[in-house]
Amino acid sequence: MQMSTADGMTHKRVTRAITVMLVVSVLIMIVFIISMDTGPIRMAPGEVIRTVFGEGTAKDQLTLFDFRLPRIVITILIGAGLAVSGCILQAVTHNPLSDPGILGINSGAGLVVILYTLFFPNVQSTFALPFLAFFGALLTAMLIYALAAKRREGLSPTRVVLVGIAIAAAINAAMMVLEMLLDPQNFQFVATWLAGSIVGTDWTYVLALLPWIIGLLAFTLYKSRVLNVLSLGDQLATSLGAPVEREKRLLLGVAVALAGASVAVGGAISFVGLVGPHLARRLVGTKYEFLVPASALTGALLVILADMLAKWVLQPTEIPTGIVVAVIGAPYFLYLLVRWK
Amino acid sequence: MNDSAKVINNQPQAVSRPLIAMLVLVGGLVVLVVSFAVSISVGADMIPLSTVWGAVFHFHAQETQDQVIHYLRLPRAVAGVFVGAALAVAGALMQGMTRNPLADPGLLGINGGSEFMLALSFALFPKLSFAYLLLLSFAGAGIGAVLVYGLGALSRGGLTAVRLTLAGAAISALLVALSQGIALYGGLSQDLTYWLAGGMSGTNWVQVEWLIPCVIVGLIGAMVVSKSVTVLSLGEEVATALGQRTNMVKLVCTCLVLILAGASVTIAGPIGFVGLVVPHIARYFVGVDYRLIIPCAAVLGSLLIVLSDIGARMIHPPYEVPLGAVIALVGVPFFLYLARRDRRGL
Repeated sequence: MQMSTADGMTHKRVTRAITVMLVVSVLIMIVFIISMDTGPIRMAPGEVIRTVFGEGTAKDQLTLFDFRLPRIVITILIGAGLAVSGCILQAVTHNPLSDPGILGINSGAGLVVILYTLFFPNVQSTFALPFLAFFGALLTAMLIYALAAKRREGLSPTRVVLVGIAIAAAINAAMMVLEMLLDPQNFQFVATWLAGSIVGTDWTYVLALLPWIIGLLAFTLYKSRVLNVLSLGDQLATSLGAPVEREKRLLLGVAVALAGASVAVGGAISFVGLVGPHLARRLVGTKYEFLVPASALTGALLVILADMLAKWVLQPTEIPTGIVVAVIGAPYFLYLLVRWK
Repeated sequence: MNDSAKVINNQPQAVSRPLIAMLVLVGGLVVLVVSFAVSISVGADMIPLSTVWGAVFHFHAQETQDQVIHYLRLPRAVAGVFVGAALAVAGALMQGMTRNPLADPGLLGINGGSEFMLALSFALFPKLSFAYLLLLSFAGAGIGAVLVYGLGALSRGGLTAVRLTLAGAAISALLVALSQGIALYGGLSQDLTYWLAGGMSGTNWVQVEWLIPCVIVGLIGAMVVSKSVTVLSLGEEVATALGQRTNMVKLVCTCLVLILAGASVTIAGPIGFVGLVVPHIARYFVGVDYRLIIPCAAVLGSLLIVLSDIGARMIHPPYEVPLGAVIALVGVPFFLYLARRDRRGL
């Protein structure tokens, strides 16, 4: 299916994509190391390195391995998950604006979290939260699909986005009513979650999230040829012999699972799904073999950077990571927009 | 595209329906007057219509019910009429101008800008008087719109619909994130959420006196540019070929949207869906001519808000359901129906 007549071009593109991914990975490593040293307890860089190699004090080891490391790993996973989710959604809906936040998938997750907080205000919900949010995201996506699909024509890209926006508005309205019923303490918790605070910060969450993200990323990469074809448009894809509807449904499911899992642990972080793929596309072009891994890396870099700043800017208070993501992501996105022809 | 082609061939009868437009206008106004009266009479204290009549035309300052009507119900109902008309017309202008069926005032960064300024003033000057709050929120709406519009215009290749939508989404997200940050940091998020939920419950005459002139100016302006908007809605190339100065029209439209939406958002909060749904309904009835769409949208928008405001008070008395939620209850199913229809004329 690939137009690889110009071998020289393809070769050049592969080299460029690999270089880009290496550079982004190195940047992630650098932020990773700086991030290990960011937080209420200060450590000299030397101490961090010594501790990493098992030479540090027990207290340093506890801080690094039990508090900071899981959070950083989670941040990377969330960033990759949300960005690849946005990447898939943009390909399937042919809409550069698609992202899990805009389609209402994040709101669906939020609604379930609020309902839970409302009905079980005294239960420590940190453990149940990821599952609930994922459940909400899944329900929302199924609702969008049911309302957007037509028997004969299947899914039209515009209809998915239109229906998604309508569902998001309905859920936001419902959330508004429910938020008013919450008492101030629970309200504060929900508001912080909705603003995108990393919720899960210990190894349990890493273990819960890791198989999802890795598995789904690998699957998306395996489907990158299909994404290439789908992004050409439905008619062209059908005439090229792709079973368009089935593949779309499958890939939408993958996008929702990625977003749901990430939002569950990370709070309602928006903008990564929008900015990550756009940045990646600018760097490596539109072939999904490169675009999927590059999106994962740029998304991870964006969130890990934002999380570091979130911990660092207003020490000892913490800003929700989602807010920092938007503050970094939006101007960059606008810069892209102004330059874009 | 078929519809547009007909208009170009000087056969607008096929797609613009002046007769139906008249019916919608007259019928809508009659229903509006009735709902306006009902809206004054219902609430925690049910007041018979005869008393309402008396209170409006022969006001006795010592009667409790007269006071309720004069100071609470009447400004609220009047504000509903003007807010509804303003939001619907702002949405119609935006949809015609950007040729984007999803365009609504929230898109231009107006809601985001208002929210940001409001969060900022809650945090920095918690005891600000209402008039200043309104002014600040209005200024915020302006900043949001100027940012979105400016970025769209600065871009290589000019101000296209996609670019405007993308810029709007990004700026709104940024402003909302900043306001959330300020609100969370200052522990004010519940105050902000109350305002964001939208509603007419606190409306008083001072606010209405601000609102009315803004909306009237905006509506007259919208009627003046309506013909140009119709041409613009056929597409930029057609409009240019017909000799229209498209950027000028867009600039004027943006200013009108800012006046209309800014004024209503400062009073009622960012009420979604009116600007999105009502123009679609109006187009469904009267076709693609904005000279007909705009007045019909104004009447239908007023009607939607006044009826929803009655609903907000009646659903769960004596408490009020947020107006934004009631409108979503009506707007979402209708919007879903539109989304599932095959052709969405613009």
